[in-house]
Amino acid sequence: MPLPDDLVAQIQHRIDTAGHPREAAVDVMYALQRHYGYLCDEAMHYASRVLGMTTLELESLATFYDYLYRRPVGRYVIHVCDSVVCWMFHQDSIFDYLCRTLGVPPGGTTEDGLFTVLPAACIGNCHNAPTMLVNGRFYDRLTPERIDAALAELRQSTEEPVRCK
Amino acid sequence: MQIDTPQVLLKNRHLGRPATIDEYRAGGGYEALAATVGKRTPAEVLQLVLEADLRGRGGAGFPAGKKWQGIPADYVGPRYVVVNTDEMEPGTFKDRILVNVDPHLVIEGIILCAYAVKASEGVCFIRPSYESDAVLLEEQSRVAREHGLLGKNILGTDFSFDIHVHRSAGRYICGEASAQIKAISGLRPNPRKGGPRTSVKGLWDCPTIVNNLETLANLPGIVRNGPEWFKSLARSATGSGTKLFSVSGRVARPGCYELPIGTPLREIIYTHAGGMPPGRVLKAVIPGGASTPFMPDKYLDLEMDFEPMKRAGQRFGTASIMVFDQNTCLVGATLNLMEFFTRESCGWCTPCREGLPYVRHLLRLIEGGQGREEHIAMIKDAAKAMRSAYCAFAPGAAEPLLSLFEYFEAEVREHLRQKRCPFGNPPPAARGKACGTRPPDFGPTPCPEDQCPI
Ligand code: SF4
Repeated sequence: MPLPDDLVAQIQHRIDTAGHPREAAVDVMYALQRHYGYLCDEAMHYASRVLGMTTLELESLATFYDYLYRRPVGRYVIHVCDSVVCWMFHQDSIFDYLCRTLGVPPGGTTEDGLFTVLPAACIGNCHNAPTMLVNGRFYDRLTPERIDAALAELRQSTEEPVRCK
Repeated sequence: MQIDTPQVLLKNRHLGRPATIDEYRAGGGYEALAATVGKRTPAEVLQLVLEADLRGRGGAGFPAGKKWQGIPADYVGPRYVVVNTDEMEPGTFKDRILVNVDPHLVIEGIILCAYAVKASEGVCFIRPSYESDAVLLEEQSRVAREHGLLGKNILGTDFSFDIHVHRSAGRYICGEASAQIKAISGLRPNPRKGGPRTSVKGLWDCPTIVNNLETLANLPGIVRNGPEWFKSLARSATGSGTKLFSVSGRVARPGCYELPIGTPLREIIYTHAGGMPPGRVLKAVIPGGASTPFMPDKYLDLEMDFEPMKRAGQRFGTASIMVFDQNTCLVGATLNLMEFFTRESCGWCTPCREGLPYVRHLLRLIEGGQGREEHIAMIKDAAKAMRSAYCAFAPGAAEPLLSLFEYFEAEVREHLRQKRCPFGNPPPAARGKACGTRPPDFGPTPCPEDQCPI
């Protein structure tokens, strides 16, 4: 399937406005990830062609960074902070509660393709611990009840999810 | 709470929204820039910063002016300023607060730095969970450009400089200067060992100044009010300026507080952050982000400043204070930190790549009640070996680890004696980490722990 013209134009614009095309590597992968849902092989090959980088070079980025996905993920990617401040509040319960409620192991995606749960390094919201980030939006001072409410709200949402740009 | 200490960086704090350019200007914003471009030489600005003794707020505390002096004077060609907003150290969120309070203070600071080092381009390096900051900085840079404060011929002079935002895809090691430069260049962000400093050979092999965002936000004040004013803001004899302290953990009012450098830890925790929540007693404090040691309460009267902390064998770091209470297991907390460092290691050099999973494994045994006496010496040896790693990452990870044994070894031994966690924590599950039960397709380099011979 060819990529939509506006996406092709957007990617080309990003490369053209970068001083060096390589600087746009992550942005191009983000754009393709938003389109395909994850970085499939087709996306990687396309990125390699337009950036003038080898797929191996791009692979070394895509597999290194936390917010690039080489495997399909859900519509909502939940990054649960498990750094030490959030840990001291939720210990094991918040993360486990989320996995239990959604019926997925850490890193897993729900069967309906809606949610992927990933542990995350500190997300910079320690004063509101414990916290998680869902497609770029912070959810603060989590309790099982607040998690239930957040999941219900996300299930209802018809909004296009805001992935990290 | 009434804050009666001078607010320089957060003076335009409004609830839930950033200050506009008009609000910033009403308080003297961009006056420093107007009094600089075309009126002072870059060398004069550098001199002000040197006299003010502005030290880097990103953790290492290196004097900003000295770093700028590292650019070869005779260099002809592009120079860059990279603004480090990666901030992925657990406990640290000050830069996010600062951008969201006063984006133009940050922008003016970046422009002043660029003027002093004669840079033509600035790159704000921003982590993915700070996407809203990236958008805000882009929008406000556009506003600054419309006002002639950024872009070509700033304020009608021949000085041109522009800022753009580089979005990272998220790894802690990107906070290290040379790794950050590689990340911007579309390379795998491993730190660079040895070789020329980034101020000599950085982004695209050109001289590049990598400074923390908070460091640069101090520049408008220094340039407008002078170095003596800046020094007088501090409470300690060796300090200068104010500092953003991010306070988190078991305190009544966690948050980001701007206080004079040199404010004692006790005052920060008990006066500004509201003290301990009811029923909680302070056991330990990590004073400056996850790469600084656990401190017992006997250090609470230390002045929070680079020199006094160093003299006491402590580290100021990013001044991101994490407070632990009597009910929190410090072996569990250290294990959590080692899980973090293991996952975030770039995996380039052996002491870090091998050392971290090794100590993590031993800590898991201790926390799970299977620890043995000899594990203590094994961990200490490994932590010392981690100090000879390629970059400051592994030595940073060794700080909380070694301090656990220095100050809280009794707690570790209690785990050995009781053959379980005395705080009742369940045996640690290897959940959600780069190895163990987690599918290896996500996150960093898969760890071969399943075949781990230990
Ligand atoms: S110390 Fe760790 S993070 Fe630093 S270069 Fe070595 S492996 Fe990479």
